[in-house]
Amino acid sequence: MLRNRHEARWWSLLVVVALLVIGCSRRETRVEAGGREQILYEGNGGEPQELDPHIVTGVSEQRIQMTLLEGLLSQDPVDFHPVPGVAERWDILPDGKVYTFYLRRNAKWSNGDPVTARDFWESYKRILTPSLGAEYSYMLFPVKNAKAYNEGKITDFNQVGFKVLDDFTFQITLESPTPYLLSVINYHSAWMPVHLPTIRKYGDPYMRGSKWTRPGRFVGNGPFVLAKWRVNDVIVVKKSPSYWDHDRVRLNEIHFLPIESDETEEHAFRAGQLHITETTPLTKIDFYKRRYPDLLRIDPYLGTYFYRCNVTKPPLNDKRVRRALALTIDRESLVADVLRGGQLPAFCLTPAGTAGYTCRTQLHEDVAQARRLLADAGYPDEKNFPTIELLYNTMEQHRIIAEAIQQMWKKHLGIDVRLVNQEWKVYLDSQRTLNYQICRASWIGDYVDPNTFLDMFVTGGGNNETGWSNPEYDRLIAEAARTTDPQQRLEVFQRAEAILLDELPIIPIYFYTRVYARRPEVKGWYPTILDYHPYQYVYLEPNKN
Amino acid sequence: MQETLASQIPNAALLSEAEVGTSLWRDAWHRLKKNKMAVVSAAILAVLSIASALAPWIAPYSYEEQNLDLRAVAPQHGHWLGTDALGRDQLTRLLYGGRVSLMVGIVATGVALLIGVTYGAISGFFGGAIDVAMMRIVDIIYALPFTIFVILLMVFFGRDIRLLFIAIGAVEWLTMARIVRGQVQSLKKQEFIEAALALGLRRRRIIFLHMIPNVLGPIIVYATLTVPAVMLLEAFLSFLGLGVQPPMSSWGLMIKDGADRMEECPWLLIAPGVTLAVTLFCLNFLGDGLRDALDVRASKD
Amino acid sequence: MLRFIAKRFLEMIPVLFVIATLTFFMVRLAPGGPFTTEKSIPPEIQKKLEVFYGLNKPLYQQYLDYMGNLLKGDLGPSFKYATWSVNELIWSAFPVSLELGCYGLAIALILGLSAGIIASLRQNSAPDHISMSLAMLGICVPTFVIGPLLILIFGLALGWVNASGWDSARDRILPSLTLGLFYAAYIARLARGGMLEILNQDFIRTAHAKGARPRRIILKHALKGGLLPVVAFLGPAIADIITGSFVVETIFQVPGLGRFFVTAAFNRDYTMVLGTVLFYAVLIILANLVVDIVQVWLNPKLRFE
Repeated sequence: MLRNRHEARWWSLLVVVALLVIGCSRRETRVEAGGREQILYEGNGGEPQELDPHIVTGVSEQRIQMTLLEGLLSQDPVDFHPVPGVAERWDILPDGKVYTFYLRRNAKWSNGDPVTARDFWESYKRILTPSLGAEYSYMLFPVKNAKAYNEGKITDFNQVGFKVLDDFTFQITLESPTPYLLSVINYHSAWMPVHLPTIRKYGDPYMRGSKWTRPGRFVGNGPFVLAKWRVNDVIVVKKSPSYWDHDRVRLNEIHFLPIESDETEEHAFRAGQLHITETTPLTKIDFYKRRYPDLLRIDPYLGTYFYRCNVTKPPLNDKRVRRALALTIDRESLVADVLRGGQLPAFCLTPAGTAGYTCRTQLHEDVAQARRLLADAGYPDEKNFPTIELLYNTMEQHRIIAEAIQQMWKKHLGIDVRLVNQEWKVYLDSQRTLNYQICRASWIGDYVDPNTFLDMFVTGGGNNETGWSNPEYDRLIAEAARTTDPQQRLEVFQRAEAILLDELPIIPIYFYTRVYARRPEVKGWYPTILDYHPYQYVYLEPNKN
Repeated sequence: MQETLASQIPNAALLSEAEVGTSLWRDAWHRLKKNKMAVVSAAILAVLSIASALAPWIAPYSYEEQNLDLRAVAPQHGHWLGTDALGRDQLTRLLYGGRVSLMVGIVATGVALLIGVTYGAISGFFGGAIDVAMMRIVDIIYALPFTIFVILLMVFFGRDIRLLFIAIGAVEWLTMARIVRGQVQSLKKQEFIEAALALGLRRRRIIFLHMIPNVLGPIIVYATLTVPAVMLLEAFLSFLGLGVQPPMSSWGLMIKDGADRMEECPWLLIAPGVTLAVTLFCLNFLGDGLRDALDVRASKD
Repeated sequence: MLRFIAKRFLEMIPVLFVIATLTFFMVRLAPGGPFTTEKSIPPEIQKKLEVFYGLNKPLYQQYLDYMGNLLKGDLGPSFKYATWSVNELIWSAFPVSLELGCYGLAIALILGLSAGIIASLRQNSAPDHISMSLAMLGICVPTFVIGPLLILIFGLALGWVNASGWDSARDRILPSLTLGLFYAAYIARLARGGMLEILNQDFIRTAHAKGARPRRIILKHALKGGLLPVVAFLGPAIADIITGSFVVETIFQVPGLGRFFVTAAFNRDYTMVLGTVLFYAVLIILANLVVDIVQVWLNPKLRFE
């Protein structure tokens, strides 16, 4: 208890002074300090599950893996095309099936060991070994016998199309010509080498559970090394002195912050704690457009947002019904008014310009035709059309889109759609077991080639999940895989996608963009269609104010 | 001056009136009526409840009607509380949201009260092995993962709003039971209970007629704390995506949406936030009034 | 007293056993598993994963294996975060939640108790109404509103603190405040209610009549009984507060344990769910034990149980 008024006065004075001291001490923000010391702070979405490139590869993981490891090829920062990595040059035989890579002599692992062709051979053996259960082993399936080995049909890895010609020469033989191979090899974690001796030290290299990816243990050959890993807090990578091109690397450190909540990340960005965010919340896009237009980035992205239709049950087993639904979505309004993130309306599945391919078949929104189709299908006057369920996983974005589309279908076709949202895993399970009528879906391309989108829908494909089956489509996709001539190959895809857009087991809605915030002092960072940015080219140039 | 004896004896009629026995409840009602804050609160609550219940008839728009041309506009003529990101009228959604939130609040709290008070009273009264077993069951249920529980409910019973009541009630009764048990345990030692036991009154009668009314004080206070907890739990579930389904809305969901857009569209937060706050304030004053009214010892007369 | 404590510890074992069993089967009931992903995994690969994690064994076998490991204190590998074991994750996250919880609790107790006790002493006066109204605000404004509001004001507008993170000492301020205000409000109301119950009793009047000093009355006579409801509330509240709050940790990016409770469920990370549930259960039981002991101490009438 305050004994008298005087004491009270002293206490209040103390409090005021304390507040002033706290408040007026103008602290240097983290990005300012980072700009001085070449430390980049980047929001990385969710906490990485694992940094072993052969075990888990999601976007958050791959970003970090790309700093720690380098494959045969690397990426050009501006348009991501393949450039020399560990391999300083390569040649391809005319039949398109044999690639020979000539490795540079000065590529080193972070513990000083040289990177040799043998390292690559061992790494690819590891990822294809069945017992490891690598999720992305299929990225290596263009290689001869890789699939057979991975499925356990053959057990001698020497039969797989990888050959060590000498310490610094590595040869890959493919099943059939794969035009997009180099654009996969140059970035995908599945194709990165790992340091087997290190993995062996901490466990069985052909089983999960080797704890070699911890800081202090991780040995990689990339521009950075793993310095710190605190779960849900930060992952720090530091410039690697043993990287062969380390002179080019200007950043000293990168701090990856696994901020899951979009709003939290946005606050952190504005408070000067991040240079780059992973994303921008839907609610803040207009805000940034108005107030910080030079900080907002909207980059094209290789992904499509679409609705899957379960074609095994009425009324969606009738392709006229599906077409009617597809033709009454006002995609322009969705993109311009609801999403507002610079997305593009999608009238076909594959994003335009993917490796030079733009689908010629396009949907044309047409309400009158939609109504006719519905009538033809047996539902004139919208009266007896049953209520269908639209499933989406619980997220603001999907809800808003679903609500808007629900209204569009009601308004133009008079049909009732019930929105069902399910928690993420339940939703995935429902989708996989075809326990839905229409459900929201998206697909981000694994590599820059139409095949990554179109081969989803072959009969029984794991990512088909619609129950749709069309033998001609299957045939065309298989044919494309065998076609050597690039132009001819794209023509085959045109025919395939035409079938897809005629039968419409899926209803394309929009093409993704990457919407995120980036401070102007980040240089050497260019929009790439897969949204990966090689960090050896990135640097910070703070303003000299 | 000399005062006659007669003048010192109050009027017989008045005397007999004053002597007429009133029950605990009638006394309480009387005291409650005199508490102005409580009466005002009750009135406000009644208005809110009726307005929400009548939402389908009095709301100016439909709750799902979108107007993409008038997205996120501030309060103006025609949309007295503004619109949300899809151009839906906030006033309408507030009224409809009230139906959900008030129902969840009242029903879930009611369920929690019913189960919790009974359970806690029995456990506290009987003591011994029964008490131990009952309290350990409470411990077990308390530790089970709530998120999984809700997910399972949603999976097995569909997306019924009533699920929310069950899920929330299932969590809140536990603490209520513990508190009641504590109160009953201390009450048990009091003389009037010992007297009742000695008189051979049936235990059920003792528990329900004598103990519970006397622990009503803390129960009511905790109930007035439970209703906001329930409503916020509903908001939290919506935050996780396990709660109310769109396009239906609840105050919790509206507050969550409003919080996300706090900077650009403050009206989206203010309207449901103030409404929720007012509701809870009124519940609080009403609760305080009830507690004061029922607390015999607090009576100053 | 010692026998009482020993008895409660013994009771803990079957309780934990039941919790572990129930949770084990509960999580597996939910559709979707730890390896249900958006880009579907080829079935052969899925089989390999299941073998590694033992998910291919019959359910009762998995259960027995898990319980066997549990007795050794091994909570298993996290299904989602392949690099870490559940023990490691809890071990690194709990100290953070504990620290945050302690600060929050301190704020809650200081603010709540003082507000509640003062309000009860001046029943129905201005300080009473004002502090109780503020307390009501603390209860009915959700943390996901207070948190961002504080961030906007102190983090962004004024720039006094970071908007999120858990690095410097200053980072502790806003999350502790957000966490603490919520519990402070509860404690204030419960304290006031409990104190009023006591203060209106006869023995207090007697003490007044006898001329005892007001402060003595409060401290010696009223507090013990008046704080009973607060103590009862604090038991589970302390366990809740030190295992972290999902909302606070998400908003302020605090690497604590609270987030795992929710995210493990969403990830179907079976072992993590079980690990966090059991950890929490132990804390709750201990907290209740402490509460029961304190209640007995505060209320001598309970001593002859």
